[in-house]
Amino acid sequence: MTVLFFVAAAVAVIATGMVITTRKAIHALLYLVISFLALALVFYVLGAPFVAALEVIIYAGAIMVLFLFALMLIDPGRADEAREREWMRPRAWIIPSVLTAALLFELIYVMARGGVPGGLASGAAKAIDAAAQVKAVGISLFGPYLLGVELASVLLLAGLVAAHRLTQGLDRPEEEDAAPAEDTWRRVRRAGRRGGGI
Amino acid sequence: MLHFPWLIPLLPVLAFAALAIFGGRMSRRTQSLIGAAPCGAAAVLALATAVSFMAVPPAGHASDFTLWIWFHIGTFAPRIALYLDPLSVIMVLVVTCVGFLILLYSTWFMRGDEGYRRFFAYMNLFIASMLLLVLADDFLFLLVGWEGVGLSSFLLIGFWYRERANAAAARKAFIVTRVGDTALLVGLLLIFTRLGSLNIQTAMGAAQHQWAQGAAVATAAALLVMGGAIGKSAQLPLQTWLPDAMAGPTPVSALIHAATMVTAGVYLIARTHVLFDLSPTARLVVAVIGAVTLLYAGLSALAQNDIKRVLAYSTISQVGYMFLALGVGAWSAAIFHFLTHAFFKALLFLAAGLVIKAMGEEHDIRKMGGLRRDLPVVFWLFVIGAAALSALPLVTAGYYSKDLIIDQALTAQHGSIWLWLAGTIGALITSLYAFRLVFLVFFGERRGGPAVGLFSRRALAPLFVLAFGSIVAGWIQLPALWGGWTWFTNFLAPALPLPAARHVAFSGAAASVILALVSLAGIYLAYLFFGRQPAAGRALAARPGFRRVEAAALGGWGFDRFYDAAFVRPFLWAAHHGKGDVIDRAVSGIAWVAAALGRGLRLTQSGRLRYYLAAAALGIVVFVAVGVLR
Amino acid sequence: MSAISPVYGLGLAGVLFVLGLLGVLARRNLIFILASIEVMLNAAGLAFIAAGARFGQADGQVMFLFILAMAAAEVAVGLALALRIRRRFHTLDVDDLRKLRD
Repeated sequence: MTVLFFVAAAVAVIATGMVITTRKAIHALLYLVISFLALALVFYVLGAPFVAALEVIIYAGAIMVLFLFALMLIDPGRADEAREREWMRPRAWIIPSVLTAALLFELIYVMARGGVPGGLASGAAKAIDAAAQVKAVGISLFGPYLLGVELASVLLLAGLVAAHRLTQGLDRPEEEDAAPAEDTWRRVRRAGRRGGGI
Repeated sequence: MLHFPWLIPLLPVLAFAALAIFGGRMSRRTQSLIGAAPCGAAAVLALATAVSFMAVPPAGHASDFTLWIWFHIGTFAPRIALYLDPLSVIMVLVVTCVGFLILLYSTWFMRGDEGYRRFFAYMNLFIASMLLLVLADDFLFLLVGWEGVGLSSFLLIGFWYRERANAAAARKAFIVTRVGDTALLVGLLLIFTRLGSLNIQTAMGAAQHQWAQGAAVATAAALLVMGGAIGKSAQLPLQTWLPDAMAGPTPVSALIHAATMVTAGVYLIARTHVLFDLSPTARLVVAVIGAVTLLYAGLSALAQNDIKRVLAYSTISQVGYMFLALGVGAWSAAIFHFLTHAFFKALLFLAAGLVIKAMGEEHDIRKMGGLRRDLPVVFWLFVIGAAALSALPLVTAGYYSKDLIIDQALTAQHGSIWLWLAGTIGALITSLYAFRLVFLVFFGERRGGPAVGLFSRRALAPLFVLAFGSIVAGWIQLPALWGGWTWFTNFLAPALPLPAARHVAFSGAAASVILALVSLAGIYLAYLFFGRQPAAGRALAARPGFRRVEAAALGGWGFDRFYDAAFVRPFLWAAHHGKGDVIDRAVSGIAWVAAALGRGLRLTQSGRLRYYLAAAALGIVVFVAVGVLR
Repeated sequence: MSAISPVYGLGLAGVLFVLGLLGVLARRNLIFILASIEVMLNAAGLAFIAAGARFGQADGQVMFLFILAMAAAEVAVGLALALRIRRRFHTLDVDDLRKLRD
């Protein structure tokens, strides 16, 4: 188990490193998929098989596929890749590296110190039964976290509507800097001024 | 009528309020009605009051009528009260009657002006303030009227405020009289702290008891009060505002700067005559100022070319006569001259206004001439006024009042031959400039454009009334030479005692004769120089030294230049250089800091997303560090 | 099953999060930024799982589920916006998009 964990962890880290440094967008997304798969393995090792499955199905399987589709629509060409190389000069990495290194250092420091009393890093893990975990998750979702589930579904609905609306006119070629089209707001205002209906 | 004296000032106050608040919605006719009629009604009430006062004088020849107590501070509780005694009755009569006549004239004179309603509102405000001033029983209340007339004067001088020069003239009037007002305030403070009350009668009575003859405090109080008087009455050295005040409309000049406001100072000194009785020094100063002013102004009037400026300097000069009278203790003589002067000066100004209108707003007498044929009625009215001004003997009121002053200057206990001489020479100069005006404007060949003399009855009728007054008003007090009837001084005696007489080398009768001769001589000289043979006058004028003298007289003998150099320029320099001072920098420094902060903070709004994120990340690092390292 | 101390899980989550943050700060292309955000979200989820394992409760996994749902919605909207921006401004350079400030 330990070996599995560390191997999966190493794969995840390396893949993520490739995500943020590669030039081609499509490669980055594929690396991201690898990273997620490795993470699913980590989840399993940590005693959450249900979540591991979800990670594969939803995250790697749906969300990343969505990314890929979007990238396909964006259709980056050679020029874009050339630009990426131009943008990724070492100089641009200095400040972000400093900031993130500082953050990482703080995190390691806290964990090495033994963490917060009663916190995650302070004690040994409890032994758990994986199957019972899955059942407990299910019961939680229908019990105490029911409201959260409903809210999550509303959130997804909002995302759906937004995505639909935002991409509505995309297959039509857009005029550059045209006078703003008559959108609903203007129509409503105009109708209101006339005193009539929309 | 004695029981409702407050109605008299109330009517103009209501007129002012009505015009100010609702006047915009009224028709021209209503505005005229509300502008003039209340003053007329007040005049009628004043007459009724006077008649009842004379018929059945109240106890002590004075009645005071308290309206309410203004405020309480400790034991200080000034009352809003009106005081009726012979002096205030006379003043009220003159103010309301002459005021009404001038307002009536103005309904025609100002008819084309777009500020018509404003004019009548201000005029009523003025009349109300003047009435309060003369009726006030308390110095504090008097100050209300005093300030009110100052304000109205400012508003009316600058009536046509769109012209820069008019606004400047109004400011000048206000500032110069303010100098006097400050002296008056200090004087009132002195009176209050030393005598304990600001009620006029109480204070004067206390002064009489507590202050010894010739006491320094009495002199100080008297001189300070005099300071206020010379400001409002345009005497030396505060006379510079009056000639420039002619920038206002002619009815304003007639009412405020001839008949009434400039005499407020005379009234003030007459009211506080107890102080001047106690202080021979102050009295002497008043007399000297009066004498010097009347000569100064007379000489200046001789050189002026603007018809209204001649009359303005003439006013200064005649008020100088009143001061001369006050200075020798002849209080009622001063009031007598005030009475007659109100009539003929108002007449002169109103007639001059008609001349100006007929000549199409031309003021320069060098561009007039021969108007006798075109404006016959105005000519005769003007001549009556000029004659009264020149103290034409026997037939004009001016003769009797000027004669009384000159007589008293000689024969009163504190008079002197020098004062008499000054008055007599002044009379010569007066008739000289008065008839110079008459001859230059109405006689000779026509130098200017045609004169269109179409005047309404509303304009001419008041002039006739004033002309009538200029003739008959003098017959209430005849000099010893001509009958010695002293009705006027007797009437005023309870309020204004007569001065004691002294023995002189020659009698008052001789003085009357000399005055008559001098007046006629002046008229004849004017005829010589300006009438029949203007050549003689021009020959004299051609002499080189004369030009300089004339220029000096024209400019009021350099007073304006001196004040400008001594006070105005240093003040402006100091104000200009004081602009960037420490406090100013501190205040604008605050603004600068705010702007700099804004500029600095604006730099953070670069719109670059990654910078924002970097800032957020930095923040997180810091917070976590703080939390971790605690 | 859980012979691993959850501390290591947390450590891994930290490393992944930091890497994601690095990607967000250093890349100019909008797609890469969105991808890095996904990495960060994932790392956060991993932290929750580790916590759940430590305390033996199901709540950690429930939280991960919610994070998952939120990430999905966010990705949808974010990509739609990216498409829109690409169409309108013909660039996916975040720095060029500072014009949006006005």
